[in-house]
Formats: sequence, structure tokens, C-alpha cells
Amino acid sequence: MNQTYALTAVAVVVLVTLLLGALGLRISRTTSDFYVASRTVGPRLNAAAISGEYLSAASFLGVAGLVLLQGPGMLWYPVGYTAGYVVLLALVAAPLRRSGAYTLPDFAEARLESRTVRRIAVLFVVGVGWLYLLPQLQGAGLTLEVLTGAPHWAGGLVVAGVVSLAVAAGGMRSITFVQAFQYWLKLTALLVPAFFLIAAWAGDGAPRATFDAPAVFREATSVTLAQDVRLSVKEPLAVTVTGQVDGRSHVAEPLVLAAGEHAVRAHARLEFAPDTPVPDAREEPGAGAGTWSEPPSGELREYRLYATYGLILATFLGTMGLPHVAVRFYTSPNGRAARRTTLAVLGLVGAFYLLPPVYGALGRIYAPELALTGDADAAVLVLPERMLGGVLGELLGALLAGGAFAAFLSTASGLTMAVAGVLHQDVLPTRGVRSFRSAALLAILVPLGVSVAVTAVPVADAVGLAFAVSASSFCPLLVLGIWWRGLTPPGAVAGLVTGGGAALSAVLATRAGLAPTGWTHTMLAWPAAWSVPLGFLTMVVVSLATRSRIPAGTAATLARLHLPEVVAGDRAGGRR
Amino acid sequence: MTGAGQALLAVLAVAGAALMLGAGWAAGRWHARRGERLAGLDLGTPVERATFHTLHTASLAAPPLRAGLTEDAARKAARRLRSLLGTEALCLTDREAVLAWDGPGADHHQRRAMARVAVMLESGRSQSVRTECQRPDCPLKWAVFAPLTGEDGMLGALVAYGSRESAVLVRAATELARWVSVQLELSELDRSRTRLMEAEIKALRAQISPHFIFNSLAAIASFVRTDPERARELLLEFADFTRYSFRRHGDFTTLAEELRSIQQYLALAGARFGDRLKVTLQVAPEVLPVALPFLCLQPLVENAVKHGLEDSTEECRITITAQDAGPDAVITVEDNGVGMDPELLRRILAGERAGSSSGVGLPNVDERIRQVYGDAYGPVMETGVGAGMKVTVRIPKYRAGVHSSASVQALPPQA
Repeated sequence: MNQTYALTAVAVVVLVTLLLGALGLRISRTTSDFYVASRTVGPRLNAAAISGEYLSAASFLGVAGLVLLQGPGMLWYPVGYTAGYVVLLALVAAPLRRSGAYTLPDFAEARLESRTVRRIAVLFVVGVGWLYLLPQLQGAGLTLEVLTGAPHWAGGLVVAGVVSLAVAAGGMRSITFVQAFQYWLKLTALLVPAFFLIAAWAGDGAPRATFDAPAVFREATSVTLAQDVRLSVKEPLAVTVTGQVDGRSHVAEPLVLAAGEHAVRAHARLEFAPDTPVPDAREEPGAGAGTWSEPPSGELREYRLYATYGLILATFLGTMGLPHVAVRFYTSPNGRAARRTTLAVLGLVGAFYLLPPVYGALGRIYAPELALTGDADAAVLVLPERMLGGVLGELLGALLAGGAFAAFLSTASGLTMAVAGVLHQDVLPTRGVRSFRSAALLAILVPLGVSVAVTAVPVADAVGLAFAVSASSFCPLLVLGIWWRGLTPPGAVAGLVTGGGAALSAVLATRAGLAPTGWTHTMLAWPAAWSVPLGFLTMVVVSLATRSRIPAGTAATLARLHLPEVVAGDRAGGRR
Repeated sequence: MTGAGQALLAVLAVAGAALMLGAGWAAGRWHARRGERLAGLDLGTPVERATFHTLHTASLAAPPLRAGLTEDAARKAARRLRSLLGTEALCLTDREAVLAWDGPGADHHQRRAMARVAVMLESGRSQSVRTECQRPDCPLKWAVFAPLTGEDGMLGALVAYGSRESAVLVRAATELARWVSVQLELSELDRSRTRLMEAEIKALRAQISPHFIFNSLAAIASFVRTDPERARELLLEFADFTRYSFRRHGDFTTLAEELRSIQQYLALAGARFGDRLKVTLQVAPEVLPVALPFLCLQPLVENAVKHGLEDSTEECRITITAQDAGPDAVITVEDNGVGMDPELLRRILAGERAGSSSGVGLPNVDERIRQVYGDAYGPVMETGVGAGMKVTVRIPKYRAGVHSSASVQALPPQA
């Protein structure tokens, strides 16, 4: 891939983001016309901003990578990422806005009138935020590695640097415009190359991607493995090997691998002839935490079914608890606008998610060797060069690289601001501008440090973990808090700690590679299917047991959450 | 994996889930009961520990009572008070009804208790009486009625029930009633302070009117013949502005509403001063929905106009910005007018120079913002003689209890 184009594209995206952030306010609002200046953010602009912040590396790169690796079963990811907004629209959006809460801990305090619940909610906001930031930084590392061969920590460092710089320079002063711009940039960056790629695919005789049989190398391909890999071969396979296979060293020797499993050492180069099937690759056991995401690709059907349910629950119910999504609803002027915004988000996000599976399917046809090297997440980036070549391919590749960086930047800055807001309000002692900046630094540096330390996992899967924790902690809190009078502070605390805590520890255990194999592993890697019901159940049962602790202002709070603002205002007017 | 192994794992998983559920339950109960537990540290002699315990329980009962003698406060306080007295049951009443009953016997004792309270309120003295309860299993045999007094006489009664007559109980209940009365008096003090604040807001609303209204009307009158269309627009602005300023309900508004009112104010001031008034506005749309105290920015703008136009003959430049700063909104109002001596400003803010040219505006804004958001959010005012003035206000996007009322525009015109 041409480094100059790609690096230029990334640099342009970074610069435009910073400049828009710093100057957007000036361009759009230097006027003495109050009517223009005091116009609130409309639903469509806000929806584009929410989508811009929401569509992360997991969506831009990860979904295509998973479809390439594991086929159409992975389409549940984009479906779930989108459908989360249906639940949000129906149950949460308008009441959350009417509560006047800026962050989720604010909501907990407003609804339950308890500082303890607030503090626990703070823990989970920070936990979910960091879990979500981690794959963003790792994805950035992967992108920069593919583009330039830079070490894997460099991309994360760049993203963290840009975000810190923006915050240090006084923050993104017109963050809504920046995020909305990022959405359209990401959509364009996927849409335009997709047209060219589909045209090239049609010109190629429209070969079909095979998802029920192993993918096939279309031309002579050489693959260099980055790590130790265990290949499972279904029928004898002819390759030319340079490196160590099954304990023996070869130097450019032809070799026939018999059916069964073969251990291949890192740095081995395998050359495949055209029309050979791509062997199934799996990292050497004991190679660290890398194996945790295996169960959905495991052969046992019931594992996959269970994992799919876990995924569906996590994504459907987890969206409402994402800290950077929740804070954006504050920008809507009222509950009705918040609902319209969510509807528009559904449209925008839904349109976007039509594209990544296209890349996944094309990748399965044209870049199957990515499944061997563990860089499936890079499928989106390498396809134009692979299929089109020439200057056009390089330019489109650069566009995609820019779009991918927009994805890292927007999500990372949204999450950093959300986590920093919570840290600033509830954790760090002093107040003021400086305290907020140090909170932002803390919010981005911790996940950056962790991202360097731990092994990379598929981006979409890692994001799924954050969704699982969010679904098990904030979903019960929000849904019960909005729709059930009987929720008590002790119930909320117990539910958050039990449901969210269980999901969090399961997720951390799998990420640390502590979980045993088999069913237990699947249960821990996909905790939402049991931890969400557990959270709901605990919250309800403990609330029923502590009925005397129902907050005194519950009736008034619920009236404010559910009545349109004008009516509620009239009531308030009548009281005074 | 074998079927048996899977079954074992399933059992283990269920057991684990049950364990977590139990832990959650325990955590919830612990949270619920935590406040009631004794401060059981192994310190001091038994007498000292008893004193600590009593003081601790009393300190827990005090905060609810500071809200006044309401049902909610009484319910929260009654439990603490009963554990303080160690009686079978305890009840708090106002002059008409039982507010809270802690302990058994609420069903059949309440009505009789109120009859007794009525008698006691007549005399104003504590009484110890036999309850003459017919039920054999009811432990409430003796009752002590002690009056709760406030500034304006009797507020209600504290009734303590015991299983036998005891002089200790009579004395303890009377002392406890006296302590509760002190707390209630403090709550009245709080309330009168709030009333003072409300009176100041009213004063602020009233203070806007006279000069401004005369000047505006005179300015509008000058346009009636030369530019009737503009005169009409200005009159409408005037109507909207006064409607907002004189509205009755709600302590809080949104930044968007407050800015609209400022715009109307500046349009009217502009009519009077013509081209001398230049306004620059930079508002991040993200912070427009922020809730903030009613009329807390307008006095700042008024002050800026006064400094820039009325006390000088130069062109007046006013800059208003509202920025998004994470969990806060930062609002600044800046003018290039005559400014003022910082020492004088300090004295005005401290209330030592009431009735000066700045009137009630600045100190009132300062005090109200500090009262709502705490001293950390006090407005920052930078000024010097001849150097203009810049006021920076930080408003947190969320603060418990701060909710903006409905938009004025949405209410019918006569509201």
C-alpha cells in the first residue's frame, strides 16, 4: 500500500478534526443575531453526531473482519449495534432527556436520590468507558501497522495524543459539528470505495463467496505468519514452506500437509498455489489471552447458539448504557427532540451497517489469507489495492484509512470526554478547568497503557465485552428506574453490583485468560445471557425486600420523566 | 464433553448464580441497614460508649428534622428517635394528625393518641397517662405526651409508648421533645433564609422595571412616526421581555430562554443608544439546554450595558460567550466600559455598599449561584478602573434538584 497517500489521508483527517473543533464555533456563530445563535441542536444534526461518535473501529473494520473470518453468522453484530437504538428509542430516550441528567450517574442520583447509587454508577461508567476505549486504541494501532509498518502501539499513541491535544487546547468547542462531520466522512469513506469494488467484482464475473466451505486462494499467495499457529487441514494440502512446520525447518521446500493439525512457528512463510482451500488457523494454545474469542468460531453448535444469544442481549440492551451515547441526549432541547434524534440515528446507523458486510464478503473472496495471519480486521483497508490496484486502488485505500482514523478519533474523543466528565465530577478532588483536563488525560492514558500491555483481540469482540457490562448494569437501572415505581436505592446498588459486577468480572477473567475451557469459558466470554437477567432479578427482588426505602420524590420524578415538558411545566407553575 | 460433565457445570453455574443473588441481597440489606447499625468501636468505658452512641443517633436524626415537621421528615426521624429512647413505640404528630408512627400498635392507638394530643396542646405541658388498651397482646400500656414548640407556639407532639409507668421515660421524652423543638426552630431559620432569597429575586424583578420601562417606552415612542414597523417590533420585544421577567413560577430556566430575554433587553437598549452598542455572541449550541437560576445572566448584561453606555460616551462592545466544558458550561459576559475599582466591587459583593450604582444585581447573582451550586461555582469577576469588566460563570450541566420549568413561549400569553 502506498504509504504517502494513506499517511496524507490520516493526517488530513486529524487536522480537519482539530481545526473544525477549534474554529467551527467561530465560523458558524460569530454573529450578533441571537435567533441564529440560540438555535438548539436539531434532531438531524444531533443524530449525525451520535452516529459519528457511535460508529467506532468495531463497526468500520471489525464487522468486515468477523464476516471474513466466520461468515454470515456474524451479521448479528451490525444488527445488534443498530437494534440497540430501537430499545433506546422505545424505553429510554425521552425520559432520560427529561430527567435533566447529563451523565448516567446523574440519572441515578436524580431518580433514586442517593449518593451511594451515584458512586457505584460512576465505577461502571468508567469501567465501560475504558473497556470500550481499549479496542479503539488497539484498532488504531493495527491500522497504522498495516499502513506503514509502524509498531502496534504507535496508532493508539497518535489517537490518544490527538484527543489529549484537543482537550488541552480548550476542548472541542463545537463538538457536535465535528462528530456529525465524522459520521458523513465515515459513510463516504466506506460508500465510495464500495461502489468501485462492487464494479470490479462484477467485472471479474461476480464470483460467489463460499461461507459453508473453506475459502479458496484465487491466485498464488504467499503468507508470512506473525505468530505461532495451529493449522487444521481437512484434506491433503500442497504448500511451499520457508520456516518451521511440525518441528522441522524447511527452506523453500514443497510440502504436502496431511489431513489433521499442523503446528507452524512464527515467521514461517507459506506459499499456496491457486485454488487451494485456506486452512483453518488457530493460535497455538497457551499463546496468551488471544484464544478467548474462540467459542463463537468453535465447532459445537450449542456454543454458537448460546454465544449468539449472549451477543444479541448485550448489543440490544447495552447501547443505552454507553457513556458517550447517553451524554449526547443532553444536547436535545426536550424529550420529544430526543426521541426524534434516536429515530434519525436508527436510519443513519442502519444505512452505514449495510456496507461493512459487503467488505467482509469481498474479503472472503479476494483476501482469504488474512484469516491465517490474524489481521482479518484489516480486510477493509487492503481490499482496494488487492482488487483494483494502481493509483485508483491506492487513493481509495487512503480514503478508507482516513475513514478508519475518523472512527478511532470520534469514538475515542467522545468516550474520553464522557469518562473525564464523570472522573472530574465524582472522583478527582479539585474543580475547575485544569481539573477537567487532568481528568481527560487520566481517562485516555489508562486504556492506552493497558492497550500496549495486553494482546490485541478482534475489535468487534472486544467492543462486545463493553456492551455486555453496560447491558448488565445500566440497562436494569435505566429501564426499571424509568418504568417501575418500586425501585429502591438498595435494590439499585445490589443490582448494579451483582449484574454488572458479575459481567465485569467474567469479562476481565476471559480477557486475562483465567477462564477454563469449554462451557464455562463460553459462559464467561458471553456473559450477557445470564448476567442481564441476574441484574434485573436482583434489582427487583432487593427492591421488593426494602420497600420502605422507596425515595420520597418518586412520584414527582416519574411524572417529570414521562410527561411532556410543557405539561410538566404547567404543573410546576400551579404548585408555586 | 460428556453429558454428566455438562450437567455438573450447569449445576455449578446455577449455584454460582444463586450465590451471586444471595450476595446481592446481602449487599442490599447491608446498605439498607447500615445507617442503623451501632458505631460499635471498642473505645472507652461503657458509659462513654453509650454517650457516643446517643450522640451518633441524635446526629442521624437531626438532618431529616431540618426539613421541618413534615410527614417525610417525621418518618425518617421517628426511627432514630425511638432507638434513642428505647421505647416500644414512638409517634410524631402535628396539630391535626399523626405524621409518623414507629413501632407496633399504629392501627388502634392512633385515633386515641390524637384526642390526647389535642388535650395536651391546650395545656402545653407534658403528660404521662395509662393507655387503657383492651388488647392483651398490645405492649403499649403507658404513653408520655410531650409538646413540640416552635417560634409561633405548639407545632405538634412527640408521643412515647412504654409497657409500664416510668419516671425516666417521662423525663427522657420531655428532653427529647425539647431537642426536636430546637431542630425544628433551626429549620424555620432555614426557611426564613430561603424566603429572604425569594424576596430578593422579587426585588430583582421589580428593580428591572422602572427606569428601564420608562427609557424603553420613550425610545419606542421616538420611532412611532418615523419607523412604525420598528416601533411595533420593539413593542413586541418589550412585551416578551416583561412577560419573562415578571413570570411567577419556577426558580430555574434554560440558557436558551435566558439568552432570548437578553436579546430582547439588548434590542430595547439598542433602540435607545443606536449604533453605540455592538454585541458579539458566541454560543455553543450544546449548552443551550443547560438549566440555570432564573435571571442570573441578565443582570450581568444589564451591568455591562450600564458600564459601557450610560457611564461613558465611547462605543460599547459587549461580548457574550457560552462554551461547552465537559460537565460544565462556561458563560462569560464582557464589556469595554468604565469598569470599576476591584476593592469597591468586593465591598458591594460583601453587602457593605448596598444601594450603590450597581444596585442589587451583581451581589444577588453571586449569592444565588453560590447558594445553588456551592462556593466552588461562584462567578469570577475581573475588572479595573477604565479596564472594562469580565464576568465568568460556570454552570454544571446537572445538579440534583435543578430543573428548568417549561418554556415561557409555550404558555398562553396571559400566563
